[in-house]
Amino acid sequence: MKKLKLTKNLKDNIITYGIVIAAYIIIQLMSATGNISSLMQGLLVPLCVYVILAISLNLTVGILGELSLGHAGFMCVGAFTGAFFSKCMQDIITIDILRFILAILIGAVCAGAIGFLIGMPVLRLKGDYLAIVTLAFGEIIKNIINVLYIGRDSRGFHFSMKDSISLGLESDGTVIINGAQGITGTPKDSTFTIGIVLIIITLIIVLNLIHSRDGRAIMSIRDNLIAAESVGINITKYKLMAFSISAALAGVAGVLYSHNLSSLMATPKNFGYNMSIMILVFVVLGGIGNIRGSMIASVVLTLLPELLRGLSNYRMLIYSIILIVMMLFNWAPKFIELREKYSIKRLIKKPKEVQ
Amino acid sequence: MSFISYLINGISLGSVYAIIALGYTMVYGIAKMLNFAHGDVIMVGGFTIFFAVSMQGWPPVIGVLLAVVLCTILGITIEYIAYRPLRQAASSLAVLITAIGVSYFLQNIALLIFGANTKAFTSVVNIPALKLADGQIIISGETIVTIISCIIIMIGLTLFINKTKAGQAMLAVSEDKGAAQLMGINVNATISLTFAIGSALAAIAGMLLCSAYPSLTPYTGSMPGIKAFVAAVFGGIGSIPGALIGGIVLGIIEILSKAYISSQMADAIVFMVLIIVLLVKPTGILGRKIQEKV
Repeated sequence: MKKLKLTKNLKDNIITYGIVIAAYIIIQLMSATGNISSLMQGLLVPLCVYVILAISLNLTVGILGELSLGHAGFMCVGAFTGAFFSKCMQDIITIDILRFILAILIGAVCAGAIGFLIGMPVLRLKGDYLAIVTLAFGEIIKNIINVLYIGRDSRGFHFSMKDSISLGLESDGTVIINGAQGITGTPKDSTFTIGIVLIIITLIIVLNLIHSRDGRAIMSIRDNLIAAESVGINITKYKLMAFSISAALAGVAGVLYSHNLSSLMATPKNFGYNMSIMILVFVVLGGIGNIRGSMIASVVLTLLPELLRGLSNYRMLIYSIILIVMMLFNWAPKFIELREKYSIKRLIKKPKEVQ
Repeated sequence: MSFISYLINGISLGSVYAIIALGYTMVYGIAKMLNFAHGDVIMVGGFTIFFAVSMQGWPPVIGVLLAVVLCTILGITIEYIAYRPLRQAASSLAVLITAIGVSYFLQNIALLIFGANTKAFTSVVNIPALKLADGQIIISGETIVTIISCIIIMIGLTLFINKTKAGQAMLAVSEDKGAAQLMGINVNATISLTFAIGSALAAIAGMLLCSAYPSLTPYTGSMPGIKAFVAAVFGGIGSIPGALIGGIVLGIIEILSKAYISSQMADAIVFMVLIIVLLVKPTGILGRKIQEKV
């Protein structure tokens, strides 16, 4: 019995990895034969970013069972620290791939550390209160980055929260983070291949965590906090663990995102709460706690507005209607009843029950 | 002297937040859901008045009444179509995402009808500004109307909830849905009524907000909506006096930090105060402590 369950997990994981690798091969084949539009080509890296974000948020929402609305904030930390590192090291480390790997590591560590620091006080709260506080933290991170100025000259680094002139740079100095203008001239290191590799690494981390002893402890906290506490599970430790791993992975997505753009700015559109909500939509629509589902949902929902581009003005309207209808269809008890009544599975299964 | 006028501006903005927060707090208290579309109902109210007064030239009173009626109907319809089927759903997140969907829907409808460019909203308030202390402090007509309407709404709502049968039914439903139903209360109708009141208040808030800050886009409602929700949490969600206190404190903090610290950091400061309050008192200023049962 135990062996059977193990193989089921393994089978499940193999399917998940298989989907990613198959998607990669298909897209590579398509682009080799020139069957891919330039629009799609530009979407490939953002798709990887969204997939990583959705998987990492699913760790908080689905596995830990806490609603976080500040995921874009961690992505923002990763994006800016990664881009900052790359910009500083552009002349020192000339091997692109090495610099990028280091940038990813630094982005992940910084975002994870911020997640840890924020998580310590915040994870004491529950439910909607936690949601609103994570939302608040996401907005604070974005606001702080918008007034942050960092420059470098021969004397070292200079910080300011006012404007670039107050940095007091010497004539040879350059402004690296320029407040609301953000970082410009980040090396464009992100490629689709690196994105896919990062997705697979994210999957390995998350799937292994879920199926480990720690993962089961985290899920027990989700299912019943008091019962978990009474059998001696260290609630704070495991909550923080899941939350900071999730934040670190969001940071990785952020680094990937920032190295795909030549200029990086923290606007409400890319790092605001709207972004956090969009990632949450991916997670919920794909199935809370279902890693493969959130991957597929993020790809479908990112491509949907693009596929509807022919309908120009109506596309976001249709998108919102599809979102509402899908939620009703997936979750409303009446619809679930209706679905079970007429489902194909039941029609096939019925004769078996008679036997 | 400038400090006093900032303070008055803060109270005025806070009153608008308080009126919006009422909608959030009532809906949360009864339906236990975050109505993310509430901010966009404000925007619909604003656009209705804009359409009636600026485009059609109707008198402002009719515009405001039209907005209130339209938003009330809108609120009931949204609840009936999008939220009611999900009330018994396994995950409370489902209805949150649906609310986000409704919010996108309203924004895009407004975008299709009125376009993306900012509309200049003509104030519907015709009261002259009040000058105090030899003209050193000027209180605009909008501010007077905002503060007075906030006071009237607060008193009216408190009376409605404590003195009328429908109000008592609301309290009962927020306490325990099942028990309320057994006592012969029509739960569905009570929830619809809550949405109706919340949305009517949103229309009034839209009028006040757009009169004070005369620009209107399809996204006008979302940021005030979030801040009002923060105000509701700040004061203790589910509590009506809490919404008032939360809203006004938030408004004052926002205006003062814009004036004295940094206009870019104002939002961050507002959110920081929220976090500190929640860490000290996790259910907000006036929130009740819920005992956890095993």
